[in-house]
Amino acid sequence: MATDHIVKSFDTELQHLDNCIAQMGGLAETQLAEAMDALAKRDALAAERVVARDARIDALEHEVHERIVGLLALRQPMARDLRAVVAALRIATDLERIGDYAKNIAKRTLALTQAPPKSAVATIGRLGKLVQGMIKTVLDAYIDRDVDKAADVRLADQEVDQLHTSLFRELLTYMMEDPRNITSCTHLLFVAKNVERVGDHATNIAEAVHFVVRGQEPESRTKGDQSSVTVIDERGRTTR
Amino acid sequence: MNAPTFGPTSYHPTKGERTSLEIKDFNLWYGAAQALFDVAMDVQVGMVTALIGPSGCGKSTLLRSMNRMNDLIDNLRINGAIRLEGDDIYGPAIDVIGLRKRMGMVFQKPNPFPMSIAENVVYPLRVDGVTDRALLEQTVERSLKAAALWDEVKGRLKENALGLSGGQQQRLCIARAVAGDPEVLLMDEPCSALDPIATAKIEELIDELRGNYTIIIVTHNMQQAARVSQNTAFMYLGRLIEYGDTKRMFTNPIEARTQDYITGRFG
Repeated sequence: MATDHIVKSFDTELQHLDNCIAQMGGLAETQLAEAMDALAKRDALAAERVVARDARIDALEHEVHERIVGLLALRQPMARDLRAVVAALRIATDLERIGDYAKNIAKRTLALTQAPPKSAVATIGRLGKLVQGMIKTVLDAYIDRDVDKAADVRLADQEVDQLHTSLFRELLTYMMEDPRNITSCTHLLFVAKNVERVGDHATNIAEAVHFVVRGQEPESRTKGDQSSVTVIDERGRTTR
Repeated sequence: MNAPTFGPTSYHPTKGERTSLEIKDFNLWYGAAQALFDVAMDVQVGMVTALIGPSGCGKSTLLRSMNRMNDLIDNLRINGAIRLEGDDIYGPAIDVIGLRKRMGMVFQKPNPFPMSIAENVVYPLRVDGVTDRALLEQTVERSLKAAALWDEVKGRLKENALGLSGGQQQRLCIARAVAGDPEVLLMDEPCSALDPIATAKIEELIDELRGNYTIIIVTHNMQQAARVSQNTAFMYLGRLIEYGDTKRMFTNPIEARTQDYITGRFG
């Protein structure tokens, strides 16, 4: 990304920062994938591994912050360099949050393995695949400084929001059918929400990529997630 | 060798109340060597405009063209126009001495005269033949206050100015430059010989003087340009490459050349 500075060590530092972000991104991607896998397979051991591994993302975020404070103090980056550094700060925060959501999914998986399996897990799996694809694309967009790829991610988030809304409705219906579903469906609701939030963070990262390349924030988009305003009455009818 | 060609100049300054200095298709030659190429910019009244660019890019030449300091150089040739509040400064009607009174200038190295602090300040009035003591005293106080030096020197106005520190000497030169009540202050790297504390004081002063004066500052220190100016002009090889709102120039410049220069990627 950042080449040709007269002061070569500045290039090196920006490169290191990029590498840190890429490493964090790779880790966050893996964490979500393995958390979703553990959920689908009801694999408590795998879920525990995900929980334990979250500390590594936190440590990397810490490193990114330290590097950025150093860069700002010692190099006073300007223009595109400045935007890259500010974006890295934002992206590190988003990736750390993604890690937290993966960890939370894994924790809930530990609880869910103790209840009977639910068919909604399959829908959550689809949601997870969609969001994993977003993370992968947005990390590529970041590495390649590719605004078009970043725009794809923002578009994909609308699909995630729609799927999440219908999943929300599905889970509410199960709970109304049989109160014994409430414990596991509540966990699944949170899992679905976590995955949906990961999609939002991927979208934030896409916006940061746009900011690095174009120097301004992309135009705002309409929010597709209707779950916050969804109500299902006692006869199973959805109202908004 | 042909001069390199550039794309269209990006031009998006923040507009002030009106234009103070209007530079129109200005070209300048030192003998056969052309130093400025079709420079066109409107300097906004009451704002600080920074001129940045690598050594030899023509920024000092442009600054010195504004008050005709270049007149003394042999074989100097110009075309195009520079207007101060509508007056063509290279026009036949202009009085060069009068013009320079309308534009105070501060140089790289402080250059106080070997006389008292007070006499340094009122020197422009002395040259004009002012003898009214009250007016002279008023001017000393007003100018030194404007230059944020009054409190430091009010007890020793009769002492030799050469006894002041470098930063104080530079502020004295600014006091002298504003004593004649100019419209424009031209500053050619006013802080390059000063330590960081004195530099900060001059920068604070520039910020205070803005509004009352139109200030044009040439600086090699990009952070300084970013800190003190509202508009920044980037020059390269005698051309104005980009001229715009300072914040935008330093966060999101349009021209690749500007980007390369301010991020330290030149050459």
